[in-house]
Amino acid sequence: MTASNHRWRKFKNRLMQAVTCLCAILVVTPLVLVFYHLVTSGFSSINWAFFTQLPKPVGESGGGMANAILGTFILLGQAALLGVPIGVFGGVYLSEYGSSRLNWWIRFAADILNGVPSITWGIVVYALLVVPMKGFSALAGGVVLGMMMIPLVMRTTEEVLQLVPNGYREAALALGIAKWRTIVQIVVRTALKGIVTGVLLALARVAGETAPLLFTAFGNRFWTHKLTEPIAAMPLQIFNYAISPYDDWHRQAWAGALVLLLLVLSINIGVRFLTRDRFQRNV
Amino acid sequence: MADNATIHPTATAPSSTAANAVALNVRNLSVFFGANHVLKEVSLNVPARAVTAIIGPSGCGKSTFLRALNRMHELVPEARMTGEIRLFGNDIYAPSVEPVLVRRRVGMVFQKSNPFPTMSIAENVTVGLRLNGARDRKLLVERTEQSLRMAALWDEVKDRLNAPAISLSGGQQQRLCIARALAVQPEVLLMDEPASALDPLATSKIEDLILELKKDYTIVIVTHNMQQAARISDFTAFFYLGELVEFDVTTKIFTSPVKKQTEDYVTGRFG
Amino acid sequence: MELDVLKQKLLTMASHAETAVNQSLQALMQRDRDLALRVKDDDSIIDQFEVEIDDLVIQLLTKAPLATNLRLVTVAMKISQNLERVGDEATKIAKRARDLSQEPPVKITIELPRMAGLALEMLKAALDAFVNRDSTAARAIIPRDKEVDALNKQIHEILAQHMVAHPDTISRCLNWMVACKSLERIADHAKNVAEEVVYLCEAQDIRHTAGKGQAPPIAGT
Repeated sequence: MTASNHRWRKFKNRLMQAVTCLCAILVVTPLVLVFYHLVTSGFSSINWAFFTQLPKPVGESGGGMANAILGTFILLGQAALLGVPIGVFGGVYLSEYGSSRLNWWIRFAADILNGVPSITWGIVVYALLVVPMKGFSALAGGVVLGMMMIPLVMRTTEEVLQLVPNGYREAALALGIAKWRTIVQIVVRTALKGIVTGVLLALARVAGETAPLLFTAFGNRFWTHKLTEPIAAMPLQIFNYAISPYDDWHRQAWAGALVLLLLVLSINIGVRFLTRDRFQRNV
Repeated sequence: MADNATIHPTATAPSSTAANAVALNVRNLSVFFGANHVLKEVSLNVPARAVTAIIGPSGCGKSTFLRALNRMHELVPEARMTGEIRLFGNDIYAPSVEPVLVRRRVGMVFQKSNPFPTMSIAENVTVGLRLNGARDRKLLVERTEQSLRMAALWDEVKDRLNAPAISLSGGQQQRLCIARALAVQPEVLLMDEPASALDPLATSKIEDLILELKKDYTIVIVTHNMQQAARISDFTAFFYLGELVEFDVTTKIFTSPVKKQTEDYVTGRFG
Repeated sequence: MELDVLKQKLLTMASHAETAVNQSLQALMQRDRDLALRVKDDDSIIDQFEVEIDDLVIQLLTKAPLATNLRLVTVAMKISQNLERVGDEATKIAKRARDLSQEPPVKITIELPRMAGLALEMLKAALDAFVNRDSTAARAIIPRDKEVDALNKQIHEILAQHMVAHPDTISRCLNWMVACKSLERIADHAKNVAEEVVYLCEAQDIRHTAGKGQAPPIAGT
């Protein structure tokens, strides 16, 4: 290895290092920009009223998104009720039971569903629930978000369960523990953090979905009292405010976007916290 | 198909008392994984309250044989067996017998120790009892101490029974797995290369433990280490390509084996 | 391979021992003082072999040999001990040969040449059986020890009678007696080697059992 060769190689190393560093920065930049914009534009509009008051009538300033915030939580709650059990049990089936042929088809279907545009989900539930019920409803909104969660939760649950080393299953079965008990008390329990992570991330994802809610929850200027009534949700409200001609509503839209982002961010941070490595593992 | 005569040891074992009692009576056992004929017409009697070692080159079917003894080979899809295995007289493959019940009488310890990571030491020991319905707290506490003593682990962990099981060292984890298996009070203990992942000191502790346990349990151990088999076993079975080639008192196998294949394997001429 | 080295060393030691016996008997028969002294000096070579073989055996045992290899290693140790004693007995014969060569010969006929022939044959046959792993040949050697014992007894009686009748030959006759005794011991050691060879081949320990003349039946192998 000659000296000039060595210098050229060092230079190449440094160049690659610089290029990849630049790309990494470019990746983070949009996030930084989004944050910056949201904070500067929306922070000023966040006040107590934002969280507690209903929207004011058209033209009047002030008011808040209280019903939208609550609505988002109600929709997420329904989505979880539908998506989590079916998704988790489906994931358990895929991982622990079933024939390899059937499972291949189920996985294939789930992966396709994960790629279906969200607006299509909305239209489907529109046809299934909104038309027969003759109206938009919170129920339909919860159902569509839940249905979107199912393939997502199912796949992440399956993957996390597959990561559980087979040795644990064998050890439990060798103790004479029945298969279903092994799955519930040993396998799922070991993978629980991962499953919860998957559920929370799925929730974070559907929390921001707007298109499907257009056909199902529809939005509401007031409090919703029954699940069969339309309901407000943050993404919907942000959308409506953003395309409106009123400045006040624009500012509230910014604030809403910021709050929504903070919600998603806090779920992600929560997930990080939950999955931190607490014990020093002896190999 | 001709009935293979059971291979009997050519000499009597040094240990006297229950040397004639048979724990596991295996007759014409064949195991298939799909089209793969893994075990071929194996017949042997595993003596009770003694250590029987299973040796042979890789792929000879020794692990499959071990797992057939507690129906664990059924976890492999497309697993099929013919022949008969009797545990103290009871046919463990009878249609009315559930594998779960067999596994409570025939326990197993694996090569890689696998204490459940979400449970503490004490919880690991009693998991077999609790998940099979036991609720009596007094019984669980007693059985925890008893099993940990039997596994020569009690003194090392008695002050931290609630510590996570994975905080133990490798050798301690393996002894914990042995305690866990013993807690359900099996009659036979199967061990699949239990010390192969451990350092020599931990290995020797496990070997001492096995020598103690054989007073009360029947032990079948698969091992790659012939010196280990010579040190701790009373009987040794040599498998090759899915067949049982020779089964005899350990000292005979290692000083003057009858079959040439055994001689070749034991002197290191192949495998 | 170290086992091969062990076998080689053992065979070399054996040939030295055989030569020593041959030469000592020759010195005895032909009253060759110089040859006798050479045999005495060469004994240290045989002793050295025993030390080296024991060392090699210990080294091999750390590798935990099994089955045939295990038997080979332990048998090698025992054969080397026997060969070292054979060397010592040859030295004793050489010393008697040296002493006898200083004095005029005794006029007496004893079957010493025949006894010597038998003992040498036994030793050679035992070593051949080891090389060829021939257990049948080894078993055939064992009863021949009785012949040598009988000859030794006979020679002793003749010498004893001669000593009584001719007291001036006492010291010379005693020397002959000692030489015969050594020869008888050499035959014993050859028998021991044969027994070890049987153990190596058949894993059967026939020492101290086949004393009734009839060789025990050979187990099938």
